[in-house]
Amino acid sequence: MSDLQSQDYVRVSASTLTPPSIRHHEQEVAKLIDVSRCIGCKACQAACMEWNDLRAEVGHFEGSYDNPLDLDPSTWTLMRFTEWEDEKGNLEWLIRKDGCMHCEDPGCLKACPAPGAIVQYANGIVDFISENCIGCGYCVAGCPFDIPRISPVDHKSYKCTLCSDRVAVGLEPACVKACPTGAILFGTKTDMTVWAGERIVDLKSRGFADAGLYDPPGVGGTHVMYVLHHADRPSLYAGLPDRPRISPLVDAWKGILKPLALAGIALTALAGFFHWVVVGPNEVQPEDEAQGQRHLKNAGDPR
Amino acid sequence: MTRPPGTLVRNTTAARINHWITAGCFVLLLLSGLSMFDPMLFWLSALFGGGQSTRAIHPWIGIVLLVSYAGMIVQFWRDNMWNRDDIAWMRAVDRVVVNDEDRVPDIGRFNAGQKAVFWAMALLVPVLFATGIAIWEVYFSAYTTIEQRRIAVLIHSLAAVAAIIVWIVHVYAAIWVRGSVRTMTQGYVTPGWAWRHHRKWLRRLAASGSAGPRPRP
Repeated sequence: MSDLQSQDYVRVSASTLTPPSIRHHEQEVAKLIDVSRCIGCKACQAACMEWNDLRAEVGHFEGSYDNPLDLDPSTWTLMRFTEWEDEKGNLEWLIRKDGCMHCEDPGCLKACPAPGAIVQYANGIVDFISENCIGCGYCVAGCPFDIPRISPVDHKSYKCTLCSDRVAVGLEPACVKACPTGAILFGTKTDMTVWAGERIVDLKSRGFADAGLYDPPGVGGTHVMYVLHHADRPSLYAGLPDRPRISPLVDAWKGILKPLALAGIALTALAGFFHWVVVGPNEVQPEDEAQGQRHLKNAGDPR
Repeated sequence: MTRPPGTLVRNTTAARINHWITAGCFVLLLLSGLSMFDPMLFWLSALFGGGQSTRAIHPWIGIVLLVSYAGMIVQFWRDNMWNRDDIAWMRAVDRVVVNDEDRVPDIGRFNAGQKAVFWAMALLVPVLFATGIAIWEVYFSAYTTIEQRRIAVLIHSLAAVAAIIVWIVHVYAAIWVRGSVRTMTQGYVTPGWAWRHHRKWLRRLAASGSAGPRPRP
């Protein structure tokens, strides 16, 4: 997306400055995806393409309802279908709308080396500002959900914007608007959590004892949440991570290593400088020259 | 290069050209790499025409450096083999750092410090190349898992920092030991320089009647 936004940033990639934050009364938003109410119609996928003007390349049927098979630079949301047999032998069709989770603590933003290429608005939405993206793919390594995709055409990273452009002018995201069953809802994070609570009570009363809300604390919670009938096993839903968190490898790389590396480099250079100041240059003395000459003479003229 | 009479060849013309190609690549890689490593240094990417072009150019320079350093290994590996003199030199390193060369054991063409720089780079360059390939998004992202890339980028950063520290030591030593820079620019040293810093090398050259850089067989 572009940064023509009427919302304040709270986080900016590759920047140590505090973004303007005077309007901190802004409420955090969330999209709630109630998997138990999804019928897999893909209206949300179509609406996403429509609103964002995305046209993925037409692929081939691969024996799966997933179409296309994976997220790509032009597919920011994707229905993933899983046929799962429970312990009693009942077949359940688990359909999950995959896409950016808009983490409160975004791994992509943490990994990004380009200032301002990834931002988080005060309402919680994590957005890619394409003009600043350098196409390195670090956001892919940073993301715990395998969401960003780099375009081979323009070498920029793309993902769901949570329709930040629509939200900024008081509209709901396109997928929410299109959903015919009300499986996708949008509002403040508080309201969505309360609403999810009611749904979970309902699901439990219908025999889904493990129903629950997916708002993983490992990434500080997310601004896209799921109501799952099997919240004890999120990975049933096409590999939704059970306990997502920013990889410790990424933490080390983007955390402790940066200051340590710069300190190590600076200290080595300083050690050299002060060695020069204290000890000084190692110069060939006239007696070395005399000795060297004599040695060569004694052995006969070289060449 | 015209060599004044009575001086010794320290590095051949081919070795010097090879060295400076490597050095040029290293400096460009250092600048472009640091710009993508720490946001505080992102401004360095302006030297390469912005973030996108820095990201695109960096790996290609890496390939040139790999080939160039392979050339360095071919030219220098024999004289960098570890031997007993190196242990004696290491024991006397406290005298080395205070310029007390009279009390440092005689050594051949390279001392243990120079050998350490050579072998450290011989290890780090291939590590940087292999991990760099793994995170070269444009061409190789289809062949690696995300977890592999996370490991690769961490090792790449660690190896790069190690290489930069080795490089600073290398550059400083060349400035500190006067006459060393000329060994890589014009390629020659005076007999006095050889006597002071690489006495066994001087003796071998003298004994075989060679002007350097290696004794006549």
